[in-house]
Amino acid sequence: MNLIAKPSKDNIKTYVPIGLSLASLSFLDVFVNAFFNFNLMGFLPSQLSYFLPLILGFIGFYLIRIEFSGVRSLDVLNKNINSSNFNALLTLFTIFIIIKSIPPMLDWFILEANFVGNSKDDCTGDGACWVFIKVWFNRFMYGLYPDAEQWRINTAFLILFAVVGVSFFVSQKLKKYFILFLVFVFPFLGIKLISGGSFGLEYVESAAWGGLSLTFIISAFAILFCFPIGVILALGRRSSLPAIKYISIGFIELWRGVPLITVLFMSAVMFPMFLPDGTFIDKLIRVLIAITLFEAAYMAEVVRGGLQALPKGQYEAAKSLGMGYWRMNALIILPQALKLVIPGIANTLLALVKDTPLIFVVGLMELAGMIGLAKTNPKWLGMAMEGYVFAGLVFWVICYAMSRYSQNLERKLSTER
Amino acid sequence: MIFKKFNIENKKARDLIPQAITVLALLSVIIYFATNAQINMGNRGISFGFGFLNQEASFDITFSMIEYDGSHSYGRAFLVGLLNTILVSAIGIFFATIIGVVVGISRLSDNYLIAKVAEWYVEIFRNIPLILQIFFWYFAALRALPLPENGINFYDISFLTIKGWYVPKFIWTNFNIFLLSVIAAFIAIYFINSYATKQREQFGKQIPTTIISLATLILIPLITFLFLGVSLTFEYPVLKQLSPTVFTYAGGVSIIPELIALALALSMYTATFIAENVRAGILGVGKGQKEAAASIGLNKNQILKLVVMPQALRIIIPPTTNQYLNLTKNSSLAAAIAYPDIVLVFAGTALMQTGRAIEIISITMLTYLTLSISISIFMNWYNKKMAIKEK
Repeated sequence: MNLIAKPSKDNIKTYVPIGLSLASLSFLDVFVNAFFNFNLMGFLPSQLSYFLPLILGFIGFYLIRIEFSGVRSLDVLNKNINSSNFNALLTLFTIFIIIKSIPPMLDWFILEANFVGNSKDDCTGDGACWVFIKVWFNRFMYGLYPDAEQWRINTAFLILFAVVGVSFFVSQKLKKYFILFLVFVFPFLGIKLISGGSFGLEYVESAAWGGLSLTFIISAFAILFCFPIGVILALGRRSSLPAIKYISIGFIELWRGVPLITVLFMSAVMFPMFLPDGTFIDKLIRVLIAITLFEAAYMAEVVRGGLQALPKGQYEAAKSLGMGYWRMNALIILPQALKLVIPGIANTLLALVKDTPLIFVVGLMELAGMIGLAKTNPKWLGMAMEGYVFAGLVFWVICYAMSRYSQNLERKLSTER
Repeated sequence: MIFKKFNIENKKARDLIPQAITVLALLSVIIYFATNAQINMGNRGISFGFGFLNQEASFDITFSMIEYDGSHSYGRAFLVGLLNTILVSAIGIFFATIIGVVVGISRLSDNYLIAKVAEWYVEIFRNIPLILQIFFWYFAALRALPLPENGINFYDISFLTIKGWYVPKFIWTNFNIFLLSVIAAFIAIYFINSYATKQREQFGKQIPTTIISLATLILIPLITFLFLGVSLTFEYPVLKQLSPTVFTYAGGVSIIPELIALALALSMYTATFIAENVRAGILGVGKGQKEAAASIGLNKNQILKLVVMPQALRIIIPPTTNQYLNLTKNSSLAAAIAYPDIVLVFAGTALMQTGRAIEIISITMLTYLTLSISISIFMNWYNKKMAIKEK
């Protein structure tokens, strides 16, 4: 005896409306419960009313699971979120959790949050105290850089963005000069502008640099230097000359085997011991050297992957044209090898950006470090959540944009037909 | 003309020049650094040597798995730090693997919602610097936990408070016998499996190894409980009042918040990378493989066990080991929240006290280096063993 017929095309007219209304009822119950703190099913025993949405939703999903119903939207729905009992349960749980977590998040981020004011006392609501970010925003961006001189950092970055922006619209021939300017002239121009000391600009020591701008400065320089060093190391590792090969291997494995934090420790406490007494190398430069060498080793391994993936015929063809080692690598091998490993290069650069907060080890403070400083300020205690959520968002936007851009680049440069 | 002759006939000599230059350059840099170091250390009146490892450390460590207090030596402090590093790495690897495999499989789920949620998990946690995640858990999330007197109570067995997570302590009697029985069970399982493989390959007989192995693993240790005098009791944490306002828990084991924050952040961050490896591995097994397996009459479980998984694992394991290694190295970020790992204890406190920068940093780096190199040697061996042998 079949009390309830299996949902099929024959009984679609009765089952789908019932199923959909049951499922909607279950979502409505959870929704009202989460947003208005009111239990629709409150008249039922507490245990039952707790599980009721799940049961209702499950029955509803069962009833609408009709194969080849002929209704396009229903088929798509079933295929994507309701293909089996197990999947229906997963879907219900996911939707419930999402509905449940929206109100507290919304409250904390916006509804109960505080946006106006100048001090901690202005934060009266239960939510986030965004006043903290607002008041400290300048410090989070520029560190301890003097307020009056901050236009210099702004100018440096504006020039950078302007040049990059313009270079997208100029012809290929001019573009080359733009890139040359960006790689060989601008970094040193920019650093001169920011550090000052000449042309009537006040000198600002690197200990005062900080905040997000320092993250950018360190990332930019480390990327600039680690790339060529990485390529040379990769070529060295593939060299047929034993001394060069083993030195490269040793160098790469040395850096890859230790955590960055110990390398930074080394640059802070051990490296000065290796220099003649009295020589002093700026902290920022030591950190830059450490990060550059560290990431170069990773870059070398990525590039090596590309070199190994190239067929031998490419080398032989280049040699048969009479090319020497350097010309062969520069014109034939590297352009192809690097294109192959764009995802790997992007990942290494991403790792580099994500590693910059570690410079707190030597006492430099970029964004995360400045937040650590701000949250220990006696007037602003208890602001850790706001600070780290803000920093997390900023880094997330940067890193996500970078990974998206690399995916685009990969697609654009792909020559596969 | 002369140059050309030199080029062709003396290939060896031509190769020698760049090598000699590189080696000389490297040597001169090393010698330069070494002389400077010698002069500097001479000026400061310290001599190079590892004798300090036997001296009394006279600093305390908040969390230690072996007996340690200030009267122990620097060598012992190093060991404490190393064990703490290994502990947090092991916990991190365990959870990262579980989360990673679940998320990786979820990303391939035919349930759109689950796949999307898994994708966003990966996108969110991969793109936020690990150190920020550690800070978030430690300074923001775990600081929001209640004080000991109204800690979150899990059935009176364990308590979660701002000062850490209090869990029951295991008190074993005759633990050695139990340990031996577990080892014996594993050895038995190994023999059962190799016997089953032989039977399958020679006679085509199928033996349900999974069930037999599980039964062995449960039965043999169970025997020790019943007949050989092994027993296990728990010591539960109990709330104790120290003064009118200060409460704490006595008994049980306290898992410090630093460890929780670090393990949470490490496993959630590394899980995103493992998830991507798992996804790539499963996608990497060609559709034709599954179809071919089905066409020779294997059922769904056999296809998964005998055809898909061995091939997927070959793709998954090497990069995943790399992630385990990264996790271990990343555990050095412990120093940022004062979890007493090797970097904080040794390269931090011990270095500040002794001032022996070169020795201590070298030992720390060498420890990590040994770990990395031994794992990469093992991986090279494993890859060679697992590589597809083409005919």
